[in-house]
Amino acid sequence: MPDLPEPRAPFWRRLVESRNGLGLLFMLPAAVFLLCFLTYPLGLGVWLGFTDARIGRAGQWIGLENYAWLMDDPVFWLSVFNTLFYTVVASILKFGLGLWLALLLNRHLPFKNFFRAIILLPWVVPTVLSALAFWWIFDSQFSIISWVLMKWGLISQPINFLGDPWNARLSVMAANVWRGIPFVAISLLAGLQTIPQSLNEAAAIDGATPWQRFRRVTLPLLTPIIAVVMTFSVLFTFTDFQLIYVLTRGGPVNATHLMATLSFQRAIPGGQLGEGAAIAVAMIPFLLAAILFSFFGLQRRKWQQGAD
Amino acid sequence: MSIDRRKLLQGGAAIAAGAVLTSPFIRPALAQAGGAMFTPEEGASLRLLRWVPFVKGEEDAWNANTKAFTEATGVEVRIDQESWEDVRPKAAVAANVGSGPDMVMSWFDDPFQYPDKLVDVTDLCTMLGEKNGGWYDGLRGYGEQDGKFISTPLCAIGNAICYRDSHMKAAGFDTFPTDTEGFLALCTALKEKGTPAGFPFGKAVGDGNNFVHWLLWSHGGQTVNEAGEVAINSPETAAAIEYAKKLYAVFVPGTESWLDINNNRAFLAGDISLTANGVSLYYAAMKEEATKALGEDIRTSNLPIGPVGKSIELHQTSTISIFQHCKFPNAAKAYLEFMYQPDQMNAWLTGASAYCCQALKGFADNPVWTSNPIHAPYAKASESLRPNGYAGPLGPASAGVMADYVLVDMFAEAVTGQRSTEEAIANAERRISRYYR
Repeated sequence: MPDLPEPRAPFWRRLVESRNGLGLLFMLPAAVFLLCFLTYPLGLGVWLGFTDARIGRAGQWIGLENYAWLMDDPVFWLSVFNTLFYTVVASILKFGLGLWLALLLNRHLPFKNFFRAIILLPWVVPTVLSALAFWWIFDSQFSIISWVLMKWGLISQPINFLGDPWNARLSVMAANVWRGIPFVAISLLAGLQTIPQSLNEAAAIDGATPWQRFRRVTLPLLTPIIAVVMTFSVLFTFTDFQLIYVLTRGGPVNATHLMATLSFQRAIPGGQLGEGAAIAVAMIPFLLAAILFSFFGLQRRKWQQGAD
Repeated sequence: MSIDRRKLLQGGAAIAAGAVLTSPFIRPALAQAGGAMFTPEEGASLRLLRWVPFVKGEEDAWNANTKAFTEATGVEVRIDQESWEDVRPKAAVAANVGSGPDMVMSWFDDPFQYPDKLVDVTDLCTMLGEKNGGWYDGLRGYGEQDGKFISTPLCAIGNAICYRDSHMKAAGFDTFPTDTEGFLALCTALKEKGTPAGFPFGKAVGDGNNFVHWLLWSHGGQTVNEAGEVAINSPETAAAIEYAKKLYAVFVPGTESWLDINNNRAFLAGDISLTANGVSLYYAAMKEEATKALGEDIRTSNLPIGPVGKSIELHQTSTISIFQHCKFPNAAKAYLEFMYQPDQMNAWLTGASAYCCQALKGFADNPVWTSNPIHAPYAKASESLRPNGYAGPLGPASAGVMADYVLVDMFAEAVTGQRSTEEAIANAERRISRYYR
């Protein structure tokens, strides 16, 4: 009687004992989580963008019809312009002011920790609450800014902060910058503190001016942090919703509608889920571009090492 | 009552009523309450999703009526509240997935978004109409589709002009003008006196839409015709926009940024002396010691009549729908029947202190309308009401046009000078055709 081949270990056993199999098992919860809560909603959103789904009714596949309509919709293009303008200007301001603040806080100030803590306040306050405060600050009748300027006799009637298209854009941007600076400043401060003091000292002994030290030592070493911080900052700004919704709902005459707020307006109160999803999907290329830019553009190793 | 029932049966319209007659038991409590048409199923319980109340007295009265219903029938009714903007998506999802609340108290054209998911309430509404002097046409329009009631009209949230009597008199007007020309003259005079008027041209869900629909309709404009074909591009619309431009020029500056609360705030601070609002503005003024004098100076009036020659307004409207997934449709109908009994409905209207206007003509003599002269214009809300998306059918298209602020944008674009009148109309025409495609 021939020997029976040795029975193969059960599948489960083999899986647990193999290095890759075990790795797969450990990854599984995270993968399931990502699939359920990121991939599936994203995929569903993309799918909805190709349908005429309404709230309460499954949609029919209509191909690119939603996108064709949006291409032809001035309100949509206005929201694209607003979103890009809002993101670019607010991000640059947040970066400039945030870096400045970080450099200041990195010095030996009296009450250093107190200042560092207080700087975080705008970031800690829930957005809706700070937005409501700004709503009063920008009110067309009761603005404190208008009131003060009128008391000083500089203007004769209240500034129309949220009524004039450009005033409204700048006002919502100011609120966004105010809110976003702490995140940039504190993150960059953390980055600054990882830069060894000895490098700066060595450069100083070699006769480098403060500007040269900043330009040739601090900035290159800070670039990886800047890349990450600004990626996040750009993403937060691009997808901003609460500020706009509280301050203007996208008005006056859509002058401050961002893609996120327009998508919401059409999809949920308007019931046109398909079109709302299409607007949301149209944000993805911009977001991808922002991410790719910061990862490939800002993280070039050569630049970090100081070679031009 | 028995005559009504026989009539309904003869008309063949009341299968459910037949079920009641043949049912082996009629609960004594309900019978005492005036011979109810509907008997709840054994062991029934209900869930109602409603908008968050704006007026405390309204909520109290509704809950007290509900409690009385539970005591009379043993049917528990759970009431869930959602902020008014969230009722639409919640109800639509409930209708679509077939679970969740059994009934929804919702706004405007919501029932027309999912008419095939709703219980036919023609029997109930016909009976209520016959017993209570009939439905107002505008509100009937929000409940009826193709001759069938898919939803029970509940109320209109009245909108009326609130103005400062002393300021109007100072501007040289003894009585409030009733036509649009006189109204413009008043607003101009108020501006000259430094006490201007103000209506929102911004994204104010309620006040903004009420105002621009009145502008359009009072001049004879309409978004679509009876067949649902886009009809916004008309000389009447252009006339409405030209009129709006003249008004805007004499309003307080900044109205294009106003959301729903801004006109209340500006009025209570004394920055404007004329706007349109629900009766809540008056009560807000009377509540605070600081604004009490201002409150006593408030008078109310209906919005002026334009070239069309009659009073026409949008007003918020609310209906109650029963979902088909409701396991106890008779209990739901019995609940509504109970809530619309004169005792309950009158208590509710009184509790709402003129905020809610009756859907049935029989309740027009509710004492709330004469208890305070301020209330009088709000009593006419249901009469002057015209359904959204006039003159077309209600449905997702009419709802979408309003939610996307197409008319608000059209007027705001033109009055702020961002687009010419013709361009603003053409842009609105494009957007409306998209929804009515």
